[in-house]
Amino acid sequence: MATLAVQDLAVEFGGVTALAGVSFEVRPGTITSLIGPNGAGKTTAFNAITGYLRARRGRVTLDGRPLTGLRPCDIAERGVVRTFQKTSVFPALSVRDNVLIGLHLRGRSGLLGILAGRRAVAEEEARLAGDAQGLIAFVGLEHRRGELAGALPYGEQRLVEVAVALAARPRLLLLDEPAAGMTGGEKDGLIALVRRVREQGVTVFLVEHDMRLVMGISETVIVLNHGRVIAEGPPAAIQAHPDVIRAYLGSARA
Amino acid sequence: MNRALAGLGALALLTLPLWLASPYHLHVVIMAGIFTILALSLNLLLGYTGQLSLGHAAFFGIGAYTSSLLALKLEWSFWLGLPAAAALAGLAGWAIGRLALKLRGAYFVLVTISFAGVISLVSVNWMELTNGPLGLPGVPAPELPGLSLRTKPAYYYLVLLAAAGAYLVCRRLVRSRVGRAFLALRENEALAESVGVDPTRTLVTAAVVSAALAGVAGSLYAHYTRFVSPEVFLFSYTVTMVIMVVAGGKGTLAGPVVGAVLFTVLPEALREAMAWQWQMLAYGVLLVLLVFFLPRGIVPTLTGWRR
Repeated sequence: MATLAVQDLAVEFGGVTALAGVSFEVRPGTITSLIGPNGAGKTTAFNAITGYLRARRGRVTLDGRPLTGLRPCDIAERGVVRTFQKTSVFPALSVRDNVLIGLHLRGRSGLLGILAGRRAVAEEEARLAGDAQGLIAFVGLEHRRGELAGALPYGEQRLVEVAVALAARPRLLLLDEPAAGMTGGEKDGLIALVRRVREQGVTVFLVEHDMRLVMGISETVIVLNHGRVIAEGPPAAIQAHPDVIRAYLGSARA
Repeated sequence: MNRALAGLGALALLTLPLWLASPYHLHVVIMAGIFTILALSLNLLLGYTGQLSLGHAAFFGIGAYTSSLLALKLEWSFWLGLPAAAALAGLAGWAIGRLALKLRGAYFVLVTISFAGVISLVSVNWMELTNGPLGLPGVPAPELPGLSLRTKPAYYYLVLLAAAGAYLVCRRLVRSRVGRAFLALRENEALAESVGVDPTRTLVTAAVVSAALAGVAGSLYAHYTRFVSPEVFLFSYTVTMVIMVVAGGKGTLAGPVVGAVLFTVLPEALREAMAWQWQMLAYGVLLVLLVFFLPRGIVPTLTGWRR
């Protein structure tokens, strides 16, 4: 469980403001969603939080410890792991190897131990293989274990992504449009999966366009428009919020 | 079945000097062994991290000069010179890895080419140390108590042992979490970072191990030919290594071995088979055919996707 706090985060691309100083919090143990029209700055916010983009100003903290300025791999080590909007797996590797790479931080073996063929290295490999097995089962891909991730159907590739991210044992999991391109049935499966992830004590923060999904699983919804937070609250309040309706539909009842 | 084949192969390798009597043929086999180490080394970078080093001959040359100079100037034994060659080449690999910190793809290629160019110029111009283009003759053959490895059969066993060691190093590495991090960088760097793979550290590790192995090959080469000159930095060595790795199958363990043996033996076979005017032509045609029909390399095509 972890609390993410974003304060006055601002990002510019060559003079164009993508985020104009946004502040919000993700409370521990919740499922929180970030929504907003295309170009509102949702993915930009994810990229800035996870170190893929350098913010112009602002502060990001996890449980009070700053993440700002750290590299993505260091942020992952602190327990913040993200998935990507565009499907992102290790395509030429098997599902099993994908998840084993996700387990990178759970291994300790160093170069010298590996080259010397120490027994501890083999024991760790066996433990990681077991962990990988468990994670693959958790997302329901046992039947695909040995197949190349890049050859799987789209919906299953998205499950591989989730398994890879979970393997890194996040305290805070950021999912960038996890349901994009999924069929209705796959979305139901995803909803159940996200709930099970939260039950394991992982705080979930997601960007998503599917309103049925967002409103169905989130405790809190944050709405971005033109790089600013325009609303924040429980799903019912957000659905009725006049500014949100205006942002999505243009002027209401014009 | 596989085990029987492997046993038969091992037996053939161990008894090779007994049934391959011709010194010339044995020489070709020794060179194939040295190139096997080089191809394995290049494959760590090119096949596993996906970064092409076009200056790989530099690490080979650094290894060759290091143990030659230590033997000639300080009378170090080969058995100390060899690890020193690996260490110095590894250090150079570390520097290149750090320099290439933010550089990937084409930029990494350029850094490695430039590095090889600089090192080669140093070897030509630092007359006092390297004797310049004339090179250093009289590099001693390795000695064991009561036994000189001056003869080809003896040297064959040394190279066989080294190549087997290099293979073992690569095998342990690529099947570990470090080797998986190499692959992760090749396949999807952004995703790799998101789960905590440190790209810089991983790339530096790959470069160090790769360069150290090339250094070992360089040392073995110098003490075999017993002569070292700036010729060891020739770009054509690097090109040969790349051909071996790509044709054999990059990103596989057996690929570089198959490629190294094939492309050491092939030019020699062509030399016996036809007049010199036709040799390079035939070599080129074979290469084009190979790349055309087996674009992924010999080993991946033969084994499918079994890894």
